[in-house]
Amino acid sequence: MPRSAPLPDDPVIEVRGLRMTYGSTEVLAGVDLTVAPGEVVCLLGPNGAGKTTTIEVLEGFRLRSGGDVRVLGVDPAEGGDDWRARVGVVLQSWRDHARWTPRRLLTQLGGYYEPYSTPQRPRPYPVEDLLETVGLTDAADRRIVTLSGGMRRRLDVAVGIIGRPDLLFLDEPTAGFDPQARRDFHDLVHRLSDLEGTSILLTTHDLAEAERLADRILILAGGRIVADGSADELTRRVAGSSEVRWSIGGERFVHATADPTPFVRRLFEQHGDAVADLEVHRASLEDTYIAMVGRQGAGAEAPRPLAGSVR
Amino acid sequence: MTAATAHAVRLGVRRGWTEFVQSLRSPQDQAFYVVTALGTLVFLWVNRDDRVEGTSLLFPTVALPSILGALLAFGVVIGPAYALAMEREDGTLLRHKALPHGMQGYVTGQLVYHSLGLVPSLVTILLPGLLLFDGLMSGGAAGWATLAWVVVLGLAATLPWGMVLGAVVPSTQKVGTWGMLPILVLTGISGIFAPVQALWGWLQVVAQVFPTYWIGLGMRSAFLPDGAAVAELGGSWRTGTTVAVLAAWTVAGLLVAPRVLRRMSRRQSGSQVEAAREAALQWVR
Repeated sequence: MPRSAPLPDDPVIEVRGLRMTYGSTEVLAGVDLTVAPGEVVCLLGPNGAGKTTTIEVLEGFRLRSGGDVRVLGVDPAEGGDDWRARVGVVLQSWRDHARWTPRRLLTQLGGYYEPYSTPQRPRPYPVEDLLETVGLTDAADRRIVTLSGGMRRRLDVAVGIIGRPDLLFLDEPTAGFDPQARRDFHDLVHRLSDLEGTSILLTTHDLAEAERLADRILILAGGRIVADGSADELTRRVAGSSEVRWSIGGERFVHATADPTPFVRRLFEQHGDAVADLEVHRASLEDTYIAMVGRQGAGAEAPRPLAGSVR
Repeated sequence: MTAATAHAVRLGVRRGWTEFVQSLRSPQDQAFYVVTALGTLVFLWVNRDDRVEGTSLLFPTVALPSILGALLAFGVVIGPAYALAMEREDGTLLRHKALPHGMQGYVTGQLVYHSLGLVPSLVTILLPGLLLFDGLMSGGAAGWATLAWVVVLGLAATLPWGMVLGAVVPSTQKVGTWGMLPILVLTGISGIFAPVQALWGWLQVVAQVFPTYWIGLGMRSAFLPDGAAVAELGGSWRTGTTVAVLAAWTVAGLLVAPRVLRRMSRRQSGSQVEAAREAALQWVR
């Protein structure tokens, strides 16, 4: 099938100045983001920051107000069926196909990818393997209406990846998962990205999840990307990124510092063995997140020049 | 049709068939078919000895074909309208939008499913009816042939409009007011339960604009003896006009439905499904 395949090193997603306005409300005020092939990127942000809107624009489900968007080298607003076949979307459905069974549904929906099979990337994924992968083999012939919430979500994931997508979108994939289901899901994402080379863009509220899954984290706040980097890079960016706690003679102390080692050495020099309950905490991603999102919130309310000086 | 479209249509046919089989196995749908059939048959049985005014025909002989016609027109408009409105909200449609050529498969599935669904609803009334009431089918083989083309053409004239209705209603809860009510009124004035001549003149005109009247007329022309045509408007079965009106509705439907469906599909998004879910949860609470 002739298609203008982008070069292997071209970004799978490239967004410049994405804007979205509803009436007079500006939800996205110029989002820039890039996802490289095989990368797992996590979009974090408070409620209403525009995560879902961003993802829906990239999925081709929503028309943007402005900006330049390329997904697999194509503008998603004009993405045809060839493009669709290479993009996987995990949807948050809730009661569809109640009378179907997972096996029947996956067979039916997978069928649409048959014409897009290539020797390098046979499509669709064999249904039995997929059921095994998402842990639904035992429930394969149960009516979908009888599945638990976690099983349904895993079925949603299975539907999203059945076409062996080059790029997968996941919008809050683990909302409502119990810890075990969450762990299983994380393993699945790792396998997809390692074995299949699938590029993945996901949104989540769960910072631990972002830290575990993502090669790179983007924080979306106030309609812009306010931070972009690995979890490590982001935590390092927050000033006073470590916290030292100790007690002397039953009195407790806390000190925030960018460089804990010399501080602790001086502490011992001064107080020796009197230092008790010593703890050194690196700033967590959560601290970073709160700092970055909080800064954005303050900036949004204050006049522009002031917001600049805060940064 | 491209190869990919043909492939999607084949998948859609399989989808429609699967949904049909699942529906036949569902106690809920079985109950629906049985209750509709029983209600109709009891109504006819109670009035089995009434003569239709001005003819030598018994009431069930005239009413049963009309009722089959009404069931057809009602079923294939309201059925798809509800299905589409619901599947827009529950994410079925969005799943297909995310597939290559998925919407083509989905629409094919709907057409196949609702066409097949007509079979049990007609057969459960027709078969017991033939056993219970004498002289129901006086046309013989020609009558059955007429029945076949009336069903097929009636289906083609109405089913696309059911899809259009399902695509434009704002929510599933609104199918009742936007769809059910007007269709019930149309059925009421279409000469199913009372001859259309009993209505005011302008209402007769309205009735004759819509396909329900013509499907009922076609059904009667299939079952009743030729002499019964005198009881109809113009004293004739007006077969040519029936074909023309139903064909016109078919063509209009086939022109409008794809456009409306494409527009609906363009507007489908996850947030829309999410909003419907929130609304439905509120509804339950």
